Amino acid sequence: MTLQEFLQNFANGISLGSLYALIAIGYTMVYGILRLINFAHGEMIMVAAYIAFYTVFIFSMPWYISFFIAIIITTIVGILVERLAYKPLRSSPRVTILISAIGVSFFLQNLGIVLFTGRPKAFQVPTLFSQVYTIKGVNIVSLTFFIPTITVVLLILLVYVINNTKIGMAMRAVAKDYDTSSLMGIDVNKIISVTFGIGSALAAIGGIMWSMKFPQLTPTMGLMPGLKCFIAAVLGGIGNITGAVVGGFILGLTEILLVAFLPDLSGYRDAFAFILLILILLVKPTGILGEKIAEKV
Amino acid sequence: MKRKIITSLIIIGIVIAILMLLQNTLDNFKLRILNLAGIYVIFAVSMNLINGFTGQLALGHAGFIAVGAYTYTLLVMDSDLKSMNFFLEPIVPFLSSVHWPFLPAVIMGGLLAGLAGLLIGAPVLRLRGDYLAIATLGFGEIIRTVFTNTQSITNGSLGLKAIPMPKSFLFIEMKNAFTWWVWTAVIITVIFHFLLVSSSYGRALKAIREDEKAAEAMGVNIFKHKVWAMVISSFFAGIGGALLASLMTTIDPLMFRFTLTFNILLIVVLGGMGSISGSVISAVVVTILMEWLRFLDQGFMGLPEIPGLRMVVFSTLLLLVVLFYPRGLMGNEELSWNKITKMFQRFHMQPREVRK
Repeated sequence: MTLQEFLQNFANGISLGSLYALIAIGYTMVYGILRLINFAHGEMIMVAAYIAFYTVFIFSMPWYISFFIAIIITTIVGILVERLAYKPLRSSPRVTILISAIGVSFFLQNLGIVLFTGRPKAFQVPTLFSQVYTIKGVNIVSLTFFIPTITVVLLILLVYVINNTKIGMAMRAVAKDYDTSSLMGIDVNKIISVTFGIGSALAAIGGIMWSMKFPQLTPTMGLMPGLKCFIAAVLGGIGNITGAVVGGFILGLTEILLVAFLPDLSGYRDAFAFILLILILLVKPTGILGEKIAEKV
Repeated sequence: MKRKIITSLIIIGIVIAILMLLQNTLDNFKLRILNLAGIYVIFAVSMNLINGFTGQLALGHAGFIAVGAYTYTLLVMDSDLKSMNFFLEPIVPFLSSVHWPFLPAVIMGGLLAGLAGLLIGAPVLRLRGDYLAIATLGFGEIIRTVFTNTQSITNGSLGLKAIPMPKSFLFIEMKNAFTWWVWTAVIITVIFHFLLVSSSYGRALKAIREDEKAAEAMGVNIFKHKVWAMVISSFFAGIGGALLASLMTTIDPLMFRFTLTFNILLIVVLGGMGSISGSVISAVVVTILMEWLRFLDQGFMGLPEIPGLRMVVFSTLLLLVVLFYPRGLMGNEELSWNKITKMFQRFHMQPREVRK
């Protein structure tokens, strides 16, 4: 492999990794607070992508307005999902909530099939993101620069919100101890809604960038990225935002480089993430940056 | 105990009588649904063992079903059929001339699926709750990816077509032999699981579900029990998978996606986690309902044709059940004569109480 090829793959891996990181944050935040794998999180990618597609396609809006609308609507959908499908089950066993989450994911996929039909649609990438630069023989689409930059900016913003604002403090408190924080006068339901909102907004941004990177929309497009981003979150240590980012980058880079170095195995690309997950769970179940949680008897 | 055996025999007799009646009166399409319902009963009951009775949320069922289906198909096809299917890349030599009869092939499908259950269960059953769910889901996907990529064994994403159906039942040639095979397998599966969960072994499984630490303190070898439950569950999933392959007459890796596991989970939840009779009833009802709801896809009451509406209605139904009736149809209890008579008594009593 030449240096050019390596750099090209590396840039690709970084941008895929930042997408994984962006979506993994939503998983990790929800898991931190509710101890729930939000299976419907992957579907937010699909929702955002289709809204962005249709607002451009039917209402012929400029892309920035359409992306903004997509992010807002996806955030609302995320909060609604929590309110309707998870909140009534707060006191039920965790398995029930998990099944409800799988149900929501399945519901949204099928609703997508009814509303948008199963036929794949081609996403129109704005010219700003599709320009090709050639640097020393390496061809790079401008999107490859945009994705990591946007991810880093959003991350800094998120870390600031969580560490320096009142609502961030409340989120940390709820994640630490659900019952005690409600005794301390924190409106737990509001905090959970905010968490779902932030997670869905990030997933929406990730989803739009995902559909610019892989411009083919289907109602089930969210399933695989959703699962992989969850794996990224577990890899880094679930419940830990920095961990989710680290996990996302590791997963994205190794996936791309694996295919680049061993093209024979490219068919196993999807299985690779799961093998990585199982290895991590068996060797260090709390992930790379996760802390050991003492189990109460 | 004696009474139990007698009632079970009566129930089996009734099932056989109903089958006799149905297979003579139903047309081919309805018979197919009947077979599918039976296969789903096997899937649901076996999934209930690990998810409902042992309380371990394992979501790899589709993978085990795939193992059973592929094993059966590769064993039962003769060399002509195989060379017809494998036109892109020839099949590996040691499989090309294998040609087994129906029953051994089905059992082999179950055994290999059980082996897969052992290989997967041994490492991941140390995990708990959500982690177990996602790890088993991952294994299911890995199995599917492997089947997609091993072109010379499974024919990859092209799938296998023209899988033969059995023409005889226990060496007797008959018209609807397959229906009899399926429902024999159903009866064996259900009886086996009933005996299993009411044995001391089954009580140990329930103890693990209720409280793992307490069960361990009582001397239950948790890990061993979980792995065995997984192996048995995947064995029956494999049997069901073999029957499914025979019913569908064509299989490809896309059939065994997570959606299949989800459908079975839905049946188990609707029937009640930890109730065999619940799973049986719900599997039959759901399969028939799925077919009956097809009118939604084809347009009704002046509505245009909307493909996929059926599944939307279906997932809404599941969500409503989970939200408002999380115990499902039967909870973790079984259907019994006492309960049925009590229920009728209650219906009978109500008006009188109101009058007071």
